[in-house]
Amino acid sequence: MLKRLTFAAMLSLGVASVALAEGERHGGTLVFTAPYGSSFATLDVQASPNTQEEFITQAIHRGLYSWDSIGNKPVLELATAQDVSEDGTVYTYHLRENAVFHNGKPLTADDIIYSYKRIASPKNAFPGASFIAVIKGADDYIAGTAEEISGLRKIDDHTLEITYTGPINPGFPLMQNTTVIYPSNVEDESVFGKDPVGLGAFVFKEHVPGSQVVVEKFDKYYEEGKPYLDRVNIVLMAEDAARDVAFRNKEIDVSVLGPTQYQAYQGEEALKDQLLEVAEVYTRNIGFNPAYEPFKDKRVRQAINHAINAPLIIERLVKNKAYPAAGWLPISSPAFDKDKAPYDFDPDKAKALLAEAGYADGFEFEVTASPNESWGVPIVEAILPMLQKVGITVKPKPVESSALGEAVTTNNFQAFIWSNLSGPDPLNALRCYYSKTAQSACNYTSFANAEFDKLYEAAQQERDPAAQNDLLRQANNIVQDEAPVWFFNYNKAVMAYQPWIHGLVPNANELAVQPYEEIWIDDTAPASRK
Amino acid sequence: MLRFTLRRIFQIIPTVIVVALLIFVIFSVVPGSFAASLFADGRRAADPQLIARLNEEFGLDKPVIERFVAYVSDLARFDLGTSFRTRQPVIDLINDRMWASLQLAIAAMVFALVIGVPLGFLAALRPGSVLDTVTMVGAVSGLSLPQFWLGLLLMYLFALQLNWLPSFGYGDGSFRNLILPAVTLGVTPLALLARTTRAGVLDVLNAEFIRTAHSKGMSEMKVVRWHVARNALVLIVTTVGLQFGSLIGQAVVIEKLFAWPGIGSLLVDSVAIRDIPVVQGTILIIVLWFLVINTAVDLIYAAIDPRIKQE
Repeated sequence: MLKRLTFAAMLSLGVASVALAEGERHGGTLVFTAPYGSSFATLDVQASPNTQEEFITQAIHRGLYSWDSIGNKPVLELATAQDVSEDGTVYTYHLRENAVFHNGKPLTADDIIYSYKRIASPKNAFPGASFIAVIKGADDYIAGTAEEISGLRKIDDHTLEITYTGPINPGFPLMQNTTVIYPSNVEDESVFGKDPVGLGAFVFKEHVPGSQVVVEKFDKYYEEGKPYLDRVNIVLMAEDAARDVAFRNKEIDVSVLGPTQYQAYQGEEALKDQLLEVAEVYTRNIGFNPAYEPFKDKRVRQAINHAINAPLIIERLVKNKAYPAAGWLPISSPAFDKDKAPYDFDPDKAKALLAEAGYADGFEFEVTASPNESWGVPIVEAILPMLQKVGITVKPKPVESSALGEAVTTNNFQAFIWSNLSGPDPLNALRCYYSKTAQSACNYTSFANAEFDKLYEAAQQERDPAAQNDLLRQANNIVQDEAPVWFFNYNKAVMAYQPWIHGLVPNANELAVQPYEEIWIDDTAPASRK
Repeated sequence: MLRFTLRRIFQIIPTVIVVALLIFVIFSVVPGSFAASLFADGRRAADPQLIARLNEEFGLDKPVIERFVAYVSDLARFDLGTSFRTRQPVIDLINDRMWASLQLAIAAMVFALVIGVPLGFLAALRPGSVLDTVTMVGAVSGLSLPQFWLGLLLMYLFALQLNWLPSFGYGDGSFRNLILPAVTLGVTPLALLARTTRAGVLDVLNAEFIRTAHSKGMSEMKVVRWHVARNALVLIVTTVGLQFGSLIGQAVVIEKLFAWPGIGSLLVDSVAIRDIPVVQGTILIIVLWFLVINTAVDLIYAAIDPRIKQE
């Protein structure tokens, strides 16, 4: 059915979804897996930047915007319409009049103002503060020098005016897990962490720490006829192997697959047609520190890109669960340049470039790497012999994931291997190569290129999406040419699902996060799910 | 007996203090921080302002000595601190999971005791028999099998093939959910108990007082019940104590594999993201558990064998 879906095939998925919608069935229990750890950090999702808590958000909460996986863009969620000023900085939102919180309170502009102030409060140190910072006056509020966020203005209960700091697309920052809307009539805020209240399609029912969160259908949800399911059990399952057994045993309805399982499932008749795939917005790469002498020369960085046979590693080690990277922006980015080819594997060209740069005899460098199978030590070990052939000696420096983050953000590395967010917003993704972005923010390779900066600044001011994407496409091509990183691959996320499950979407931001209100279960499901 | 008991209990205190200090020192020097771990999966760009705010909120920007003083003073008030990740008291997080850990440890130990001790006993009474050989081969295998692999094997067999048991999770806390993780966890202590019991019983069977008992005309049953079992008990209790004490710590792998919500998986997650108060609190509770069990074993020794109390 939804076999082998790539981003290019999204349109056909849209057709498939419409066709499926004709047979939708109400009722049943979905057993969904949260694979990113053995616990939920908190039920107060505004406080958590983790993907793990997004599973809860999808069920219980809503933000001003949400992500449309089919259209591949943010869309209005809690407002039915928005008016935008000529300069693109002032948005007037006409809020949904039928949206009600689980505690019975109707949504008003006060709730949005309350939520954004809570997220940005200097007392809280919440991760979403940087997203709220796109609102005028938020920086002063975050710093504790203002009592209010000046860019937030209530016109009436169902009309809200937001002034932004520039002509940005506010959908990206305000659709985040950490910027969802809470009711303003809850006096004790500790309730949000124990008994969450939101505007979502499901009501919180139970949390068994370390085991699962259970949610049930909210009868007053604002989308008519939704959700289809009566109940969703979001179970914690961090181990790939255990998830595999549970999925085959039909104890869980979906399972996110790793490379080995992906290969195995593709070879099994009963499973190969039950795979949903998407090119996610992450770029795996080896970042070079220009403070290390050999990496100052662009030819050396390009030589490394030519010396490594990335498609071979993707095939053998990553089991084809990735797409070769042709630059920083991934396939699912609206600014992706489909005509731009990845660096070709050409060791002779690599040797020539190294000789030109004065490194004919090669050199040695250290790669800080986590144990991750898809973008860690195993990959560094795979490139080792390839680079050795052009005279470069690579030494892996294994560290834990949290130590990797610290090493990179403190500029304490010669090179690092990582998987980094490169979408969905191309403007935000390329911010990491803008010379005014701090190294510790996300300009990890201390990239500075005047031509890139010029294009990026022009894109920042450009309000026409097509023209903006064109500028960003050019900027992205500069990044590719300058090769501040070895462009390895874009992650292909794969989810296996049971044949009775319908309504899953190819969410390029994070495939494991699905809109539960769209999912339904057909009659072929086992009795425990109906 | 009271003095003996008090002495044993007071010995726990310096051990806990040393362990607490060691944990603090170790996690003060290892690389990585909670704030950096938030960006470790690369799913979001690093935010230096957030890192600074978090370090300030959790006091991580203060000198080590100052943090150490705060840690010790909190500990002296039995305050394990607040989790960086959840912002909840550490003791609440541990409480949420302690019962699941105890369930798993107790069930695994009962499984090991009920099967391991009788098997070891019977093997010792019939040395060289088929039962003895099978028991010892089984015991060596049980000690050698990696728990993770054994767990997967049991999952495959009893969940996927036979469909008798759920393969994962706590469910509603039912006994069915407990069986597979408890059996997986219990195999190692079972093997150890079978071997120890066999060795202990064989040792007693060769003692002079057993020959004396036989020569006095005591029946085999009475000799085993009154002399062999009682004398072998000290060794069995020692093994049970050591194994039971360490089961909660050993359960880490099993909890991860079976998605069992115990404190082992809490510890692993907390180490990965450098949620130091939770790491410190969880390790302390595991150590305390081990010490309490060992103290209880010491007291049981004294009750079983009065010579120990006199020593």
